[in-house]
Amino acid sequence: MAEHTISFNPDDRYNAFLKVCEKPSFGEGKLAGTAIAVKDNISTQGIETTCASKILKGYVPPYDAHAVALIKNAGAAIAGKTNMDEFGMGSTTENSAFGPTLNPCDVSRVPGGSSGGSAAAVAGGMVRMALGTDTGGSIRCPAAFCGIVGLKPTYGRVSRYGLIAYANSLETIGPMAKTVSDVSLLMSVIAGHDRKDTTSYDKPYNHTPSADIKGLRIGIPEEYFGKGVDPEVAASVRRAISRLEELGAVTVPCSTPSMEYALAAYYVICTSEASSNLARFDGVRYGLVADSKKSWHAAYQEIRKQGFGPEVRRRIMLGTFALSSGYYGKYYAKAQVARENVRKDFARLFYEVDVLCGPTMPTIAFKLGEKSDPLSMYLSDILTVPVNLAGIPAISVPCGRVQGMPVGLQVMGRPFEDERVIDVAYAYEQAVKP
Amino acid sequence: MIDADIIVGLEVHCQLDTKSKLFCGCSTDYRNDGPNTHVCPVCLGLPGTMPALNKRAIEYAMKVAKAFNCTITAESEFSRKNYFYPDLDKAYQITQYDKPLADGGYVEIEGDDGKERKIQLTRIHVEEDPGRLVHMGNAERGRYSLVDYNRAGIPLIEIVSEPEMRSPKEARKFLNKLRATLEYLGVFDSEKEGSLRVDANISLRGSERVEIKNITSYKGVEKALTFEVTRQKNLIRRGLKVERETRHFLEARGITQSARSKELENDYRYFPEPDLRPLRVQSWIKDISLPELPDARRERFVQQYGCSLNHARTLTGELKMANFLEAVVAGENGGLCDLAATWIADTLAGELNYRSMNIDALSPKNFAGLLHLLKAGTITDKSAVEVLRVMLDERMKGEPVETPDAVVARLNLAKTTGDDSALLAAVNAVIAENTKAVEDYRAGKNGALNFLVGQTMKKTRGRADPGELNRMMVEALKKAEQ
Repeated sequence: MAEHTISFNPDDRYNAFLKVCEKPSFGEGKLAGTAIAVKDNISTQGIETTCASKILKGYVPPYDAHAVALIKNAGAAIAGKTNMDEFGMGSTTENSAFGPTLNPCDVSRVPGGSSGGSAAAVAGGMVRMALGTDTGGSIRCPAAFCGIVGLKPTYGRVSRYGLIAYANSLETIGPMAKTVSDVSLLMSVIAGHDRKDTTSYDKPYNHTPSADIKGLRIGIPEEYFGKGVDPEVAASVRRAISRLEELGAVTVPCSTPSMEYALAAYYVICTSEASSNLARFDGVRYGLVADSKKSWHAAYQEIRKQGFGPEVRRRIMLGTFALSSGYYGKYYAKAQVARENVRKDFARLFYEVDVLCGPTMPTIAFKLGEKSDPLSMYLSDILTVPVNLAGIPAISVPCGRVQGMPVGLQVMGRPFEDERVIDVAYAYEQAVKP
Repeated sequence: MIDADIIVGLEVHCQLDTKSKLFCGCSTDYRNDGPNTHVCPVCLGLPGTMPALNKRAIEYAMKVAKAFNCTITAESEFSRKNYFYPDLDKAYQITQYDKPLADGGYVEIEGDDGKERKIQLTRIHVEEDPGRLVHMGNAERGRYSLVDYNRAGIPLIEIVSEPEMRSPKEARKFLNKLRATLEYLGVFDSEKEGSLRVDANISLRGSERVEIKNITSYKGVEKALTFEVTRQKNLIRRGLKVERETRHFLEARGITQSARSKELENDYRYFPEPDLRPLRVQSWIKDISLPELPDARRERFVQQYGCSLNHARTLTGELKMANFLEAVVAGENGGLCDLAATWIADTLAGELNYRSMNIDALSPKNFAGLLHLLKAGTITDKSAVEVLRVMLDERMKGEPVETPDAVVARLNLAKTTGDDSALLAAVNAVIAENTKAVEDYRAGKNGALNFLVGQTMKKTRGRADPGELNRMMVEALKKAEQ
């Protein structure tokens, strides 16, 4: 690989970056010389990776995540590591141990989360592309709030190797950029099988977006326009869907009754997995070190109390409880049933329609501090989590503004039809291009 | 109380002898290397790493399952067993919980009544070994402990038996059979330190069950169980109750000790490992082939070599010993079979055991040479044992091992024949030195002749044939009288 460097000195007014690489090197390839920001829960060899948590302060991975190795091989320059909700737990990027990221469209508002740093870095014009991760909407939510494009690929389409796990069965790495073409380009680099992630599939992505959606059948699930969804946001999304109809698509009203239990199932599953995934952070091998001569058990307690923020501690406790003997059947096992119902619901709908459309988020970006009550923050994930439960691809593409803030149109597709959701987003983007 | 009232069940953990670890490419050959030298991001559990299953380990486990007639499940699943301990880098062990690789099956052993008995198995599952703590000083009072992750991720199988053994001895036999079978399958190396760990359940009929954790040797299992039987019987004799509890076996002291109750309070919060897909092995089963196993080989040894059943059992109970026998008799047209079986199963096994050596210490060629000398009448049984000891001692000291012929020549152990003047001289010397015994002999006292012959044997260091010597002594005594 030919080695060149770029200078990267962004004016980071939004606290988008936790770590800036000032002179990143790059090589030849599709992404030659492109500065790409990487969310801080994706391992980067030689670059501190903290998941925005104190407990990982000082941890420098000795290896690259598969997706990072791929973008480096394609010539990208790693511009830095972006801020996020600690371990991906949140929808605002306020749960970072290193301060919140601000929304470039309005600095009194949050950028969304948990990939808020990546979204702000793109929206603020600091980088052309970024890698985010999406466990329950963490790519799509900040994309919608910051007015950029974000793709949550099909589960298994992009290797998770090197993604510091929060909820393994739900999450995936995905591309974020200002345009659908750039998202598609980055996706073409990171998709494909990886033998180090045996849940990944051999489905490379080699697609050039096409704006031809004539005859496409679009399902409009009523739940995506129901209770809790801001009427102005809903109206904006409906206008976008009308544009798609003008382009030749056919809309079909439909319903996803499983959504009633989706959010509850999601929070049981993600907290259960998190309680296990985050148990390894004990100060023995890396990150924060216990400065004490206590017994190992007491030292673990001390380090975990110091290192984890309140939202992370809350989710670990919830998950530990849900998996406890005597409660497993009541929570974890039930959540799996609800998850299966969500999957079946989507499968049934995709028998009749090609994609589903609705808002990405029920509202525009919150004011900083607005979601101080965890439950109201959890509720804001209602439109994004079903996609993660089902493992299907979904994209958020900007569709107008409400109170001057961007709104996201969410397009959901069949498993491994990431190309199709890209095309729908592209068709819309091209149609409204000024 | 008779032994039939003892009920024993075993959970046996065996390291599978694969080249690489269960979920990464690290080498499993760590025992001669420094701590934390056979590690990578995966087996260190670094954030973001994922397990990638080693197919070979699953094939090995399937061989074991097939050898014990288990049912291999169409779809099994890995689960996480969550607990905190510094040797467990991910804070969970990837194991199998409610969907193990194999169910049922049995291990056939020779019961205490001498009859073949089938000990039913509950299940066999695959899991990863954790790392290892090295305590500086004492685990309780030491200032700190060090952790070595070389062992982390070594593939293990756990074989769980039904509580069907009726004595500590049967438990030992179960283990021996298990070890032999695994070695025959080529999936296990019993000589590697820590390659086997056993948890044993034991109860006396009508009493509570006691679990003994983490016994690390074959002998230890029998010892720990024997100790428990005595302890529990004593409790009952004194009118006390056996508590349902977990105990540790202290190998050095040969006793079991109650584990602190705190260690029992773990709730492992098992759930399916989301980083691995369900394991579907149905299509591999037909490709799993088994070699000749211990029982079949035992029968063959009886048939082919005319071994006694007992000798055949001993010989085939260890793969290397069985292989050694076949190497010794190879190309002998069956000529050495009788002798070889007896001498390997009885003499050689004893001499090796005494020196804590294994059978690799001796070449089959040298052993065959020794048997030839014996068979040809060149040396006596007693000399043969001496030659064997010399060769084993040479090997133990790292000296070049002489051939049996060389040992016999150097120590002048060749059997002395009647016209051998040296032997005659020895006989005459003994007669001259032991006038009292000679008088006793002439007085018709029993035992005097034996004494004189014994003295001569001593002088000639056993190389004379006892029958021959007897004849010579009587003759010489007669001559001396004249």
